[in-house]
Amino acid sequence: MDFANYDPAGADRSREIISAKIVVAGGFGVGKTTLVGAISEITPLTTEALMTAAGVGIDDPSKVPGKETTTVAMDFGRITMAQDLILYLFGTPGQTRFWFMWDEIIRGAVGAAVLVDTRRITDAFAPLDYFENRKLPYVVALNRFDGAPLYEVEEVRESLAISPDVPLVWCDARNRESVKQVLVTVVEHAMLRLQAEHERGYPASVG
Amino acid sequence: MEPRRDPRGALVRPYAVTRGRTEPLQNIALEAVLSCTFTQSAEARFAGHDKYRIATVCEGRAQSLAEIAAYTRMPLGVTRVLVADMVAEGLLTLHTAAPATGFQERMNLLGRVLSGLREL
Repeated sequence: MDFANYDPAGADRSREIISAKIVVAGGFGVGKTTLVGAISEITPLTTEALMTAAGVGIDDPSKVPGKETTTVAMDFGRITMAQDLILYLFGTPGQTRFWFMWDEIIRGAVGAAVLVDTRRITDAFAPLDYFENRKLPYVVALNRFDGAPLYEVEEVRESLAISPDVPLVWCDARNRESVKQVLVTVVEHAMLRLQAEHERGYPASVG
Repeated sequence: MEPRRDPRGALVRPYAVTRGRTEPLQNIALEAVLSCTFTQSAEARFAGHDKYRIATVCEGRAQSLAEIAAYTRMPLGVTRVLVADMVAEGLLTLHTAAPATGFQERMNLLGRVLSGLREL
């Protein structure tokens, strides 16, 4: 009895599947899920995490009777690039008080895109602060909402105090080509950063 | 070892399916991919309702931890405990998430992601 060709899934067992992820961050309602949905091969899925004592932060559940857990939802999509390579796109929860969830989402990520609505530019401050304080490479993508003022990129850079080495691009989160360009910018930026760090001889993880 | 059977009722508190355990055997990344062969899934049939559902989701198509949680509609933490158990029990195969650690390895991975995106 030869089952060698019978069980194709079994034959795949030895093949490692690598997954990479890119994080899409930004304030509430800025179009993160729209962006993910524009390029994902699956309709964006939602995973729910329960906020437990470790991640309480501002909310102290012990002071709120009958409210022991809060559900934090995050949306994500998938792009299968090859049989052994899958790219995931994770949207961060809108409210920045769920920082603990962000930390989990960005761990091991290739990089991030911070999506900005130019009509509510202050919503971008918290996510930008967050990435400033992390080592994760990120780019800023200005979502071109209908009727929103079209500022010069450099004007936005100045008002958001984004450092000159952070790429800043306009995009349309509904448009697949535009989203693709944002993601390409994220990966290119991550490669440049990695190359620069390598030449300077750090970080330690470079082996 | 934990008992394999999970007690369930019509209404369960989130961690009841893990018998109250909230710490997974290993901390599997959100995007870490898991696969399940026919043999593994046949075995998972005897591992309780929730584990069998997880096996079914991964059979024929590798899925990330996040996808498993979304498709089974279980909270992420609960899913992570069950999935880590299943990996330990040999019911699922865990593929390492972005294992590239050296400079050249990481560059190669980024290069593959970049060309994958351009080809879309």
